Amino acid sequence: MALTTGVFSSGRAELQERTLRTDRWWLQPLITVLVLLSFVVYATFRAFEGKNYFAEPLISPFYSPCLSTECVDGASLIGQPFGKIVLFGLTLSPALFILVFPLGFRLTCYYYRKAYYRSFWQSPPACAVAEPHKKYTGETRAPLILQNGHRWFFYIGLLFNILLTIDAVLAFRDAEKHWGHMSVGTLVLLANATLLWLYSASCHTCRHTIGGRLKNFSKHPVRYKAWTVVSKLNHYHPNFAWVSLFGVAFADLYVRLVAAGTITNFYFF
Amino acid sequence: MARKIKLRIWRGSAKEGSLHDVEVDANEGEVVLDVIHRVQATKINDLAVRWNCKAGKCGSCSMEINGKPRLACMTQMANFEEGETITITPLRAFPVIKDLVTDVSFNYQKAMEVPAFEPPADLKPGQARMAQVDVDRSQEFRKCIECFLCQDTCHVIRDHEENKKKFAGPRFFIRLAELDMHPLDILRNRKKTAQEEHGLGMCNITKCCTEVCPEHIRITDNAIIPMKERVVDVKYDPVRWLGSKIRRREEIS
Repeated sequence: MALTTGVFSSGRAELQERTLRTDRWWLQPLITVLVLLSFVVYATFRAFEGKNYFAEPLISPFYSPCLSTECVDGASLIGQPFGKIVLFGLTLSPALFILVFPLGFRLTCYYYRKAYYRSFWQSPPACAVAEPHKKYTGETRAPLILQNGHRWFFYIGLLFNILLTIDAVLAFRDAEKHWGHMSVGTLVLLANATLLWLYSASCHTCRHTIGGRLKNFSKHPVRYKAWTVVSKLNHYHPNFAWVSLFGVAFADLYVRLVAAGTITNFYFF
Repeated sequence: MARKIKLRIWRGSAKEGSLHDVEVDANEGEVVLDVIHRVQATKINDLAVRWNCKAGKCGSCSMEINGKPRLACMTQMANFEEGETITITPLRAFPVIKDLVTDVSFNYQKAMEVPAFEPPADLKPGQARMAQVDVDRSQEFRKCIECFLCQDTCHVIRDHEENKKKFAGPRFFIRLAELDMHPLDILRNRKKTAQEEHGLGMCNITKCCTEVCPEHIRITDNAIIPMKERVVDVKYDPVRWLGSKIRRREEIS
């Protein structure tokens, strides 16, 4: 049934087209769908795979911290509080205990919201292109009102960043746990942790928490200075969102290839 | 050197209308508004178009050019390729008055609904002082020329007429943010009313308002998202809520 609201409402300029844009407005949402879907497929496969996530001293970011008794020896940095859980005959992989947190952080992220509302939900697909939905309530009702919980995922995300940074530091060891070595894997984990810190530090919630919520910048010069720095980073938040996403996937892939014996982790020293 | 330009201009009223093909000259350096004026002078004398400063500062000549909300006076003809037909329509989020002129009174109604700046009662005229760092943040929002392109492109009302009752739109979210960030504004519950009465929660931050703003105001990043975070402080964050009850903090009002 044809829509009779929005740009087709009575009183507005009588036109049949959803949009009169002549540029390739559909390209950006299409690319977003393809890239995000590729990541989701890869991440789902890896989360359920439950193996090839640890090769001393490297651990995949999808499996860190490894909290289950199912974790392989040496992979658990902060203990194994969870026992073996079997659902529908399948043993839950250690990744499934933790992935909800980074997933929640990205899902509620102000930038990713823009990206998936436009590309997946087509609300709107692009600016000045009529969306296909008859009704729209935005983020005022469940489940989308839960987007307001972004800050909780941000705080938990900081804990993950700390743990993944420790993982990167621990990667300055060799396979026999001797310190003072560096491999390609060390650089991969370091790059991953750095990108995740940049993604978190440029986050809108971080900007708000660190100083944006103040009414008087002049009364809080240190927080104001911090706010200006985060504001500069915030400008590049979409870039960090994408690059850190690729970084996580690449770090996981690298560890997987090393753990599976497909490639050797080259040591510089 | 003049070149021939093909235009498709929407003509009509609130009841009916259609696109009309017109061919007209365009000189080097001209903008779309110049060409529309030439159409008015030589082809369609009664073509209705709203304009004023021709300098991108009055916000009058808002219209949609090839489907994009733009200021006609700031859209260079050089942007269009040789032989390209340029489609010009009125803003598609508002009712038409005639041809390219729309009725934007919705925005004036919403402006009246925003509670005004409220300084402390004991602040006498001439006593108000503000540090430059506090002025800077809201100064960005004062650049708004009220062209209403952000309101036009916002899908919340563009695509859903029924939302107009409960949604103020990006132009007024920057006004709310400007007031809420003002060190001397003491009006309580501005954040809550932004969410509950002005429809801040309807915004799904898809950033079209920022994309079309001719003043390059970072509407979403600097006004809407900060306001959303401030709303979370008072409505959806139990820790902050508890903190505000135990210890009055200047920023939670």
